[in-house]
Amino acid sequence: MLNHQNILETLDMIDHQHLDVRTITMGISLLDCCDSDPRAACRKIYDKITRKAEKLVSTGEAIEREFGIPIVNKRISVTPMALVAGASRTDDYVPFAVAMDEAAKTTGVNFIGGFSALVQKGGTHGDRKLIASIPEALAVTDFVCSSVNVGSTKAGINMDAVAEMGRVVKAAAERTADRGGFACAKLVVFCNAVEDNPFMAGAFHGVGEGECVINVGVSGPGVVHHALKSVKGQPFDVVAETIKKTAFRITRMGQLVAQEASRRLDVPFGIVDLSLAPTPAVGDSVARILEEMGLEVCGTHGTTAALALLNDAVKKGGVMASSHVGGLSGAFIPVSEDEGMIAAAASGALHLDKLEAMTCVCSVGLDMIAVPGDTTAETISAIIADEAAIGMVNSKTTAVRIIPAPGMKVGDTVEFGGLLGSAPVMPVHPFASGEFIHRGGRIPAPMQSLKN
Amino acid sequence: MRAIVTVNGKDQVGIIATVSTLLTLHNVNILDISQTILQGYFTMTMLVDVSQADIPFADLSVALEEAGTKLSMAIHAQREDIFHAMYQI
Repeated sequence: MLNHQNILETLDMIDHQHLDVRTITMGISLLDCCDSDPRAACRKIYDKITRKAEKLVSTGEAIEREFGIPIVNKRISVTPMALVAGASRTDDYVPFAVAMDEAAKTTGVNFIGGFSALVQKGGTHGDRKLIASIPEALAVTDFVCSSVNVGSTKAGINMDAVAEMGRVVKAAAERTADRGGFACAKLVVFCNAVEDNPFMAGAFHGVGEGECVINVGVSGPGVVHHALKSVKGQPFDVVAETIKKTAFRITRMGQLVAQEASRRLDVPFGIVDLSLAPTPAVGDSVARILEEMGLEVCGTHGTTAALALLNDAVKKGGVMASSHVGGLSGAFIPVSEDEGMIAAAASGALHLDKLEAMTCVCSVGLDMIAVPGDTTAETISAIIADEAAIGMVNSKTTAVRIIPAPGMKVGDTVEFGGLLGSAPVMPVHPFASGEFIHRGGRIPAPMQSLKN
Repeated sequence: MRAIVTVNGKDQVGIIATVSTLLTLHNVNILDISQTILQGYFTMTMLVDVSQADIPFADLSVALEEAGTKLSMAIHAQREDIFHAMYQI
């Protein structure tokens, strides 16, 4: 029989350390929904999503009950909408977002990703129209998430798109000023975006993917934190081993859930994303893991090294536990969604510059960061450019999800509620980057791109 | 299908009787039991076979949880696979 102690340990992880599967995300290709008539295309989109994902939520809930493992989110990602809508004779892509939103509501999922464009080297007419529709699309829908890929290691950085996205982020914030600029929480600007990411707001179903696929994102910062408490004061070798063992268990659970969901829905299993995704709940924080390693507050000197170790150990532990690993895989550091990060930012210990350094060694980038409402579009573009450069040069995914909270200044807090949490408004550099951003053009791909 | 039933809480008369009666009622066979009492705190794990059960597993798990609530104890029933996945290669 199974070890009595191991069983109790698992129950303790679930009951007290927030062990859960963060998301089951169904990726659905919409390439066959293209139609020159936009209304026909929207109808096909709604029909296909609701048909494919009809049983997604009920199946997720059944697995939850049988295994006793909470599955926090059931979500959908679709083909980048610019590719689908591009075939339609229309300039307004908002109805496509509305169709996605309605399909999300019918299926009962809590987010749908893929109102996206991939413009790392240049934008088509469809891409441009989609980007122009983003502020309105995110303001009038509830569950639609949008992402734009502006750079890659292979293509370099499209600085025209970077400049445009600064303006789009500002417009999205202003369009939802009554909700603290909420639209920006559903908008990610990527470099090296991945095609099989199950996490929002950056999920989309890449064109290299199949017709329909199940991807699973695991979580478990609380479990890692708890495990590290038992190795207080011991060398980093022990810390890394402890994280690896814990990550292995978390991922095995994710793999089991993914296979079960795939079997029951009769949809191929795609990947497990080995990520430590925090929530605003106490005891579910990545920042607290870094502090457990011996830092007084997350953001002080040593934070980047601690995060590098954590990120690497999570992957090493998880990779053997899953047959296919993908997505973003690593530790997330969203400020508003992590209780420890919120505390560190509010106390002034964690700054934007330190977060930028941390993004060199974690899985994504500047995530859920609120900045003053009077931050200019050029400054936001420059922040995006810095992040994209880190991603491009280091051959990793980086992203910016930033909220220039309308009417807010440093010291204020933006409340989003739920998993999105609350974000203390952080200062940006007061010096201008306008001339730099206005140059436009492309930053050439780095030497790293020439691997052939 | 096999499942693990875990029971946690303050020790009292009739815990095993309540759980095993409920399992018998639904034709669930108990394969193994492991139990400890530490400073008045009772923990038990049971390996059970639910393949012949007369109700769906999800309903059985709810029935056990409700029985636990009456005893002020936490009772969980989960498929065995989850523990194998996490602790065995």
